[in-house]
Amino acid sequence: MSDHEIAAVQEHSGHVVHRDDEGSKMGMWLFLFTELLLFGGLFLLYGGYRFEYSEGFKAAAADMNVFIGMINTVILLTSSLAVALSIAALQENKKTLSMGLLWFTQVCGLAFLVNKYFEWSHEIHNGIYPGGPALENMSNGEVIYFGLYYTMTGLHGLHVIVGMIFIGFVMVFIQRDKITSTNYQKLENAGLYWHLVDIIWIFLFPLFYLLH
Amino acid sequence: MSEQGKEHAEHTSHHPTYGTYIMVWIGLVALTSITVTVAGIKLGSLTLITALTIATIKTLMVTYYFMHVKFDNRVIKIFILVCLIIFLILWILTFSDLSFR
Amino acid sequence: MSHTLAHNEVSFLEYQGKHKGIWGWLLTLDHKRIGIMYLVAILLFFFVAMTLGILMRLEMLTPGETIMKPQTYNSIFTLHGVIMVFLFIIPAIPAVFGNFILPIQIGAKDVIFPRLNLFSWYLYIIGGILAIISLFTGGGAADTGWTFYVPYSIRSAQNVSMATFAAFVLGFSSILTGINFIATIHRLRAPGMTWFRLPLFIWGLYATSWIQVLATPIIGITLALIILERMLGIGVFDPALGGDPLLYQHLFWIYSHPAVYIMILPAMGVVSEILPTFARKDVFGYKQIAISSLGIALIGYLVWGHHMFASGMSNTSRVVFSLLTFLVAIPTGVKIFNWVATLYKGSIKFSAPLYYVLAFIFIFSVGGLTGLVLGALATDVHVTDTYFVVAHFHYVMFGGMGIMFFATCHYWFPKVFGKMYNEKLAVIACTVIIIGFNILYFPMFIMGYMGMPRRYYDYLPEFQGWHVLSTVGSWILVSGIMFMFGNLFYALFKGTKAATNPWGGTTLEWRVPSPPPLENFDEIPVVTGGPYVHDKPTYIMHPSRELQHQNGGGKISQEVKSH
Repeated sequence: MSDHEIAAVQEHSGHVVHRDDEGSKMGMWLFLFTELLLFGGLFLLYGGYRFEYSEGFKAAAADMNVFIGMINTVILLTSSLAVALSIAALQENKKTLSMGLLWFTQVCGLAFLVNKYFEWSHEIHNGIYPGGPALENMSNGEVIYFGLYYTMTGLHGLHVIVGMIFIGFVMVFIQRDKITSTNYQKLENAGLYWHLVDIIWIFLFPLFYLLH
Repeated sequence: MSEQGKEHAEHTSHHPTYGTYIMVWIGLVALTSITVTVAGIKLGSLTLITALTIATIKTLMVTYYFMHVKFDNRVIKIFILVCLIIFLILWILTFSDLSFR
Repeated sequence: MSHTLAHNEVSFLEYQGKHKGIWGWLLTLDHKRIGIMYLVAILLFFFVAMTLGILMRLEMLTPGETIMKPQTYNSIFTLHGVIMVFLFIIPAIPAVFGNFILPIQIGAKDVIFPRLNLFSWYLYIIGGILAIISLFTGGGAADTGWTFYVPYSIRSAQNVSMATFAAFVLGFSSILTGINFIATIHRLRAPGMTWFRLPLFIWGLYATSWIQVLATPIIGITLALIILERMLGIGVFDPALGGDPLLYQHLFWIYSHPAVYIMILPAMGVVSEILPTFARKDVFGYKQIAISSLGIALIGYLVWGHHMFASGMSNTSRVVFSLLTFLVAIPTGVKIFNWVATLYKGSIKFSAPLYYVLAFIFIFSVGGLTGLVLGALATDVHVTDTYFVVAHFHYVMFGGMGIMFFATCHYWFPKVFGKMYNEKLAVIACTVIIIGFNILYFPMFIMGYMGMPRRYYDYLPEFQGWHVLSTVGSWILVSGIMFMFGNLFYALFKGTKAATNPWGGTTLEWRVPSPPPLENFDEIPVVTGGPYVHDKPTYIMHPSRELQHQNGGGKISQEVKSH
């Protein structure tokens, strides 16, 4: 065994807590898989019902405001870019730039939620909600469409909020220099989570807004 | 253990530059506008397929560049593949029921 | 180094950390203490569910009302199922012994995310408490069966929402344990511990953890949808609004069938540990057993539809799922044959854990083979939803996982608590359990074949003879179980002190003191060979001392690398 390896063994057995960025990233990815499959169950339901009620789904989706959906897509894509850039900035030790980009991400997340709020309240105002008056005159397909719409965008919205909280904690850590240019795995994990939220929206958008 | 050392070296060095990220973002926004435009055209059953294809391409771009999978080691890539295969199996077997009922 | 040794002389049970007394447990990050906390909680729930089981059997002693009303009976079989499945069978071996043994067997000081580990224990406790609260609040205990099938589960006036929420929280706990184990096995193996030098218990846990991560979220969202459906009426599972109950069944079994393998894979892993230890020889077909664990996990995802043969699924799907179901027999057969071959020409030392393993091989084979009867489309239609199914899954779940949990409790008892139990009494208890088990469940095969439907409160007089026999079996079984735990409990206080390696085991946990010290090892060991080599040591426990002795230790370094 070479000196180098013996040193490594000794280091490994020492009492110093040994940081494992790769392990931390692996844990995060495994967690993302569970998120993916959580939504996966809903996507599978969506697939089944769209197959069964394709006409009802189209009729229901006609009410959707494609423009707001598209704006929200661009907002999330831009926020994802900002997170990716903030990691690059932190790696180059540009703390202020990194923090600025994360603030921008938070603003994007908030804008997304505000849009979502207006969309939901518009529909609820028109009586379109589970058990609402407008749904009573609709076909089964339309009822299910809106059931899934509220569940899936609602769950996604919840994930946006969680992602913002996650990034918020990371920002505090950066401010206190707990996350630095050499120790940035937490930021990267928050980024991974945020990108996953983005990816889910990438699928939700065409599935709920673009049916013609 | 030498493997572990190598991973660490990879980890810190090459991440994409700001320029690459911005190019990817431009691509993503472009694909979004394409998918909206295409959805306006009456393509029948192709609408769903094009929408899903474009969404998949966008997802690949996000995972590959924004999520740094391009620079990750093989283990993470295999993990992702396993997860996707399982997910695909669920679809195929569920539809073996739904489409023949 | 001397400082380290002194620190490690104290076992994890006696070690005084920052927090004292009960807080030393409730706030601990030590994987061994968390494992024991799981053990305490899991045993508590096991006894609750077992009591419910006895009450059910007692009710079935005579036709009509014996000791309870039909509604109570419905709630009791639901709770028996929910508690046994979600609070006992799924977490028992991975959460208790996985937590305790996994880091030691791979040569690590702890799991990779100790805080997450503790968090996952708290989620388990919260889930358990919610399940118990659901009994006394709302409309009373859920009466849907543990499967929560729609549309009944969205119409039932009982407190289904809280019971499903409890299962949701428990699922989350299970996911976090799975994530922790996968990352630990990937990142914290000791130097030289290559994939094919991992003990087979670790392979079992690895496969299990993947199922936990990739299947549990599906049940999470499905149960969440039931709650939403009950509260808001979103329509996705309500036939009145166009929902499809069969899609619910698909989603439910997409998780719950792989979950069957969450239950059995760790148990099979323990079988592969106990056999080479007591047969005094290397396990036969190491790689095949290891890979078959992954094979079972994968095939577990392909067969869920066999729970739905009689539910109105498409004929194509029924044939496909029936065909795929038979594939499970292949990796399972590989394991069984390899285990039996391991015993061949071994110098077998009969001992309580080995008796349990032999019983397991027999009972699990009966369960597995009757599973083929259910997997075959035509015969399934005849026996579906009868006692035949009940008998089958008690043979595989209780006979498989339950019996192996008892075996595990004996096998690792000296390691965990540092005490020896009374061997003779343990063997007697084992015998009583096996006899009681078969008297309890075997008549159910016959009743089921004759047409006795499951989950019925009442039955025709012609079944009474079998029901009486079965109920008597339940009394024998329970006496055996109480006797067994009594013996272990007595040993906890009065047992003789256990040696480091009382069984002559070859894996790493038998190289550290019983009970192990706080961080398991003074120094991370170096691994130089396979896990079940009996004739020469395959671990260097103090590499910094031993390797320097050997003047560079070039030979070992080569051995470490060569695999």
